[in-house]
Amino acid sequence: MANIITRRDSLKLIGGAAAASTFAAQAAAQAIPKGDAMAPKMPIEKGASLRILRPARFVEPDEVIFRANTAKFAKEMGIDVRVDFVGWEDIRQQTAVSSNTGAGPDVVLGWAEDPHVYADKVMELSDVAEYLGKKYGGWSFLGEKYGKKVGTNNWIGIPFGGSTGPIAYRKSAVKAAGFDKIPNDLGEFLKLCQALKKANKPAGFALGNAVGDGNGFANWLVWSHGGYLVDEAGKVAINSKETIAALKYLKDLYPSFIPGTLSWGDVSNNRAYAAQEIWLTANGVSLYFAVKKDPATAAIAEDTDHAPMPFGVVGKAPQSSLILNAMVFKHTKFPNAAKAYITYMMEAEQYDPWLTGCLGYWSHTLRAYGKSKVWESDPKLAVYRDGTENQFWSGYKGPISHAAGTVAAEYIMVQMCASVAAGQATPEEAVREAERRTRRYYR
Amino acid sequence: MAGTDVSAHWVRPHIEPSWLARLFDWKPFLIFICMLPAAGLLLVFLTYPLGLGIWLAFTDTTIGRSGVWIGLENFEYMMGDRLFWQAVFYSVFYTAVATIGKFALGLWLALLLNNHLPFKSMLRAIILLPWIVPTVLSAIAFWWIYDAQFSIISYVVVDVLGWRDTYFDFLGSAWPARWSLIAANIWRGIPFVAITLLAGLQTISPSLYEAALLDGSTGWQRFRYITFPLLLPILAIVMTFSIIFTFTDFQLVYAITRGGPVNSTHLLATLAFQRGIPGGNLGEGAAIAVSMIPFLVFATLFSYFALARRKWQQGESND
Repeated sequence: MANIITRRDSLKLIGGAAAASTFAAQAAAQAIPKGDAMAPKMPIEKGASLRILRPARFVEPDEVIFRANTAKFAKEMGIDVRVDFVGWEDIRQQTAVSSNTGAGPDVVLGWAEDPHVYADKVMELSDVAEYLGKKYGGWSFLGEKYGKKVGTNNWIGIPFGGSTGPIAYRKSAVKAAGFDKIPNDLGEFLKLCQALKKANKPAGFALGNAVGDGNGFANWLVWSHGGYLVDEAGKVAINSKETIAALKYLKDLYPSFIPGTLSWGDVSNNRAYAAQEIWLTANGVSLYFAVKKDPATAAIAEDTDHAPMPFGVVGKAPQSSLILNAMVFKHTKFPNAAKAYITYMMEAEQYDPWLTGCLGYWSHTLRAYGKSKVWESDPKLAVYRDGTENQFWSGYKGPISHAAGTVAAEYIMVQMCASVAAGQATPEEAVREAERRTRRYYR
Repeated sequence: MAGTDVSAHWVRPHIEPSWLARLFDWKPFLIFICMLPAAGLLLVFLTYPLGLGIWLAFTDTTIGRSGVWIGLENFEYMMGDRLFWQAVFYSVFYTAVATIGKFALGLWLALLLNNHLPFKSMLRAIILLPWIVPTVLSAIAFWWIYDAQFSIISYVVVDVLGWRDTYFDFLGSAWPARWSLIAANIWRGIPFVAITLLAGLQTISPSLYEAALLDGSTGWQRFRYITFPLLLPILAIVMTFSIIFTFTDFQLVYAITRGGPVNSTHLLATLAFQRGIPGGNLGEGAAIAVSMIPFLVFATLFSYFALARRKWQQGESND
């Protein structure tokens, strides 16, 4: 999910945050309801030092506040902690190498599936997860899904947050098209997009090789028609009449898009929306804040609102969240320090300023943070608040696995949709091709 | 007493050179030693990675998990993979068209620059710019030029001149995207061709042209019978390099389209990367990369045999 919060914007934000930091942050953190729970005993090893690996920031406060929280931990515990930020496309590979060589960072905040892929190489974190869950109102749906090892009650990951991409739209355009809100019915949604096109205020969804936006749209299309990539047992099930219906629907929907979406990357819709070329799209919260912070586009932000992706036939928002999932490798020499670090970062005094500073970019996974001030600061953010409560995940309905990540990285779903939209393949051909490619990774 | 005899007929004692000195005087060893650093470098940085790549192509290695030998399975899958054949087709097409374009325009530019122009050296320096700029930067520039919403070309044609009603969709469908990338590659490759050919042109003796002029030749005849034959040796080597660079191109395509739309612009290099690194299937990526070797060997052999021909090296008349 790309975003274009500029450096200047975030500096202002941080400046503001810093000025009021200690008091305001603590006051805000106190607003988070806390349950009664005893922190697990984790005496930090003598002479411990930690190395943390996590994805690079997309919004500046993400890095700044994360580093500040880490520095606070290091100071209070009297140990050395180093955080390395690596590119989004590289962290999965680095996690893999670290797990197989038994060296490298002690804690990795990696992508959703990774702790499950290396389940026998990571430590069990049930004590931390249960303590946090008890203290902060329980874990959200995706938090639990990605935290617990499949079919057990054992936690192997601590999901820090999730980034989700619902609909962002211009209220005036949708109203002029005769709709009060984004309809959940697929037929109505098609009518809305066609009316927008007629008014020369078209919608646009990425159909190019865009990791976040492209996969988000393709998944929505298939899920909203009741289709899915693999069944509960992990058997490839994309070749279904539901998927074909979804692709036929796309054939009607695609002509209402702005031309060029087949070549869109992750940032294209952000740019086109800010330039008023498109009036409806799907994106992370970054799109809204970018237009809100820039005085030149403040009017666009005023006219913008968000809505869940249309439900279609499934009765709930067919969208997922990209989960940031923390894991501790067994090869760490300081397991207690690593666990203490994760616990510390998830506590309200640290987590709430981070969540707020990132403007909800990483939707929280512990339910009590639904009470965070950030969600009240702007009612338009409401749909992001429950980002990790979405009942869908990458590789739905299958077990969480490496293959799901590969299917997304290989753009199999996106290209299935794009080839139909481009008229290069019939829905039946496109589905068969996707099935053939998916089978290779789910064998 | 043997001892006195020896002292009477004193001869300079023959000191046996140490074994080390003898070893270093031994030519085969000396040659071996002197070659060792170069051979070591080649082995470590060329042979080993190449060998590893070929080995990986026959395994099912993924990133972070060492694989097992699976024989030709990767190649069998590739043979049935439409995307792979699409990439082979586009790699060959891309290389052929871009090379022809680069040479036609590059040769023309070289001929122009070979004339006496004001600010000659300045012009030549400017011509090199597209070649000097890092590929990724020029790729990003082209990415904007070809953008579906913010293209400068669309802006000029639609908003300024009013010749069209809709913006160009450069990268949105297969063929326009393919041609757009080829245009970008040609733009980037011209300077290399032009400057090297210019160097070749300047080695041609002006007296040949004077003689031809006295015989009443036309401009075309001078080009056909003097310039072109004398330029052939350098043309052959530049052509080989250019084909290899173009065939293995990666940055332009990856930065502008990432192989899209719907994989229609994947070159073998980008497809190998896509499968191997983001897709995580190192074995399959390596197999695709290995499949480029026959093409490259062909290009190298072409240059080797072409360059070994004396006629090409020294010109037609010098048998």
